[in-house]
Amino acid sequence: MHLDFIGSFIFAADRTWIWLAAYCFVLASAYSTYALFAGKFMAPRLTFGLVVAGFVCQTIFLGIRGHAVGRCPITNFFELLTFLSWSMILIYLAIGSSYRLSLLGVFTAPFASLLSIWALLQPEAQAVPVKHPVNPWLEAHTSFSIVACGAFALAGLAGLMYLIQERQLKTRRPSSVFFRLPPIRTLVVANSRLLWLGFGLFTIGLGTGFMIGQDVDWLKVAWSLVVWALYGGILLARIRRSMATRWVATLSIIVFGLLLSMFWGIRFISDVPPVR
Amino acid sequence: MNISCFGLSHQTASVEIRERFAVADSALPEALLRLRAIEGVEEGLIVSTCNRTEFYVAGGVSQLPPARFFEEFYNGLRSGDEPHLFGLWADRCVHHLFRVVSGLESMVVGETEIFGQVKRAYEAAVREKATGRRLNKLFQKSFNVGKQVRSSTAVGRGSISVGSVAVDLAEQIFGKLEGCKIMVVGAGDTSEKMARSFKARGARQIFVSNRSFDRAQLLAQETGGRAIRFEEWEREFADLDILVTSTSAPHSIVTAEKIAPVLRRRGDRPLFMIDVAVPRDIEPEVHRLDGVYVYDLDALQSMAERSMEARKQEDAGCDRLIAKHVVEFQSWLEKSINPMIGSVALELPPS
Repeated sequence: MHLDFIGSFIFAADRTWIWLAAYCFVLASAYSTYALFAGKFMAPRLTFGLVVAGFVCQTIFLGIRGHAVGRCPITNFFELLTFLSWSMILIYLAIGSSYRLSLLGVFTAPFASLLSIWALLQPEAQAVPVKHPVNPWLEAHTSFSIVACGAFALAGLAGLMYLIQERQLKTRRPSSVFFRLPPIRTLVVANSRLLWLGFGLFTIGLGTGFMIGQDVDWLKVAWSLVVWALYGGILLARIRRSMATRWVATLSIIVFGLLLSMFWGIRFISDVPPVR
Repeated sequence: MNISCFGLSHQTASVEIRERFAVADSALPEALLRLRAIEGVEEGLIVSTCNRTEFYVAGGVSQLPPARFFEEFYNGLRSGDEPHLFGLWADRCVHHLFRVVSGLESMVVGETEIFGQVKRAYEAAVREKATGRRLNKLFQKSFNVGKQVRSSTAVGRGSISVGSVAVDLAEQIFGKLEGCKIMVVGAGDTSEKMARSFKARGARQIFVSNRSFDRAQLLAQETGGRAIRFEEWEREFADLDILVTSTSAPHSIVTAEKIAPVLRRRGDRPLFMIDVAVPRDIEPEVHRLDGVYVYDLDALQSMAERSMEARKQEDAGCDRLIAKHVVEFQSWLEKSINPMIGSVALELPPS
């Protein structure tokens, strides 16, 4: 009886975990920014610990919410943004440690904070249990697509850091910040790997989308194909060495911005309700 | 009874004077014996480097005029020596030592060599049994302070020589230098230093090219690299990561027109070029190319100067940190001189 009460409280307050995650990310952002610019040379372990704590909170939320809705918890915009932020950090933790602390502390934490706060501002945040049998193609489509977006988000952040480092080298007056961010070569490699990873996952997401067998929202399909083609174009140009690294980095940011706007924009112009 | 320091340094005396007072490593045991023989000296330690000669003593020689101390130690002084000597007592002496060990009194602020030099001087004094409880505590504390100052402030950050600035930049472009292919064109003095700096930071593939092939071979041998004939260096260009040029050519040997086609073959690998030649070997337009970073002597020098300025600005922060430790040490010293102070205080009824 007592356990049931605690259980029902936790499930009812699952949003609290996102609040906790947002606090962790905001604290991590503030701390790492302070360390970076104040030149205090503090160990970045606290930032790393806070981001991991935020990730754990998000994972608990997704577990509770997934249990409540009976499927992968991407049924409304609140969940979608949370899943996106979670995916970004998951990929970050999974890839190499060579540039983990700087990238995570200085750029990933603020972006994760923004996504969490944006999610918390969404009015439609309640868990709505699934009424129909779960379609595995739909599950695969949504989860692969969002995890791909997490990789693209990190590719964009690596691109942004590359542009900052490149600019400092070109002006020949690099500041102390330059020496605390990852080496420019590491950023190029990270950007490239993340683009490939994101592209692969996005391709699987798109492919499985065609297998869902329900009404198709052609606007979403068209927009997704445009994004897929743009990322494919960037990678092709990279293989053919026909695009400057600076442009690859810039486009990683622009196309991710476009992708993010797709999430937001389609909700308002699409005539098909969000996936449930 | 207290701790004192008598000495002279680059801040008070020219090299001509400093060299007369220097104590060679080989003469240290005898010098320490002589120091202990001075009346009132109970513990003694000598720090002698190219920039300073300082005597740290514990005992009853406090407030002794520096000239008198030096006269006794060196058996006389030349006229005109006196203004170059200094004497520091009690907390000022402790403060000075902490600054010295932290590199704040060095000619190149923040350098780390002095830390090792003081440590070796301390070890020599311990070996000769010239130190006791007070100097042991003082010097051990100074090493802790030195480490803390370096780790918690920016006094040791940033490179202050052209060579280390270049190597730092290379590391910030490529990460580790082990896998980088480096070519030195022109085996002049600066490029030689640069090649050594790269080798010291882990570079394994160093190629040297020079008009005089013998000279190239010599430098290649010293840096564990490979010599290449001057006519052939351009062939290796496509695979390079770092190029150091210091030829005496009257015109640019690397032009944007020449390297633009090569860059495409390189893909997204950055290319770092260090031009230490005057007149410059690399055309300024090359720096505008994507993924190519050209740093000439002026750019490197200006970065080194900015680092030096930043280090100097850390002085006040370092001093605040040091002041706290000086108080701690002085408090320990007072208690060690009169251990009854603490116990009497404990027995006093609260007022």
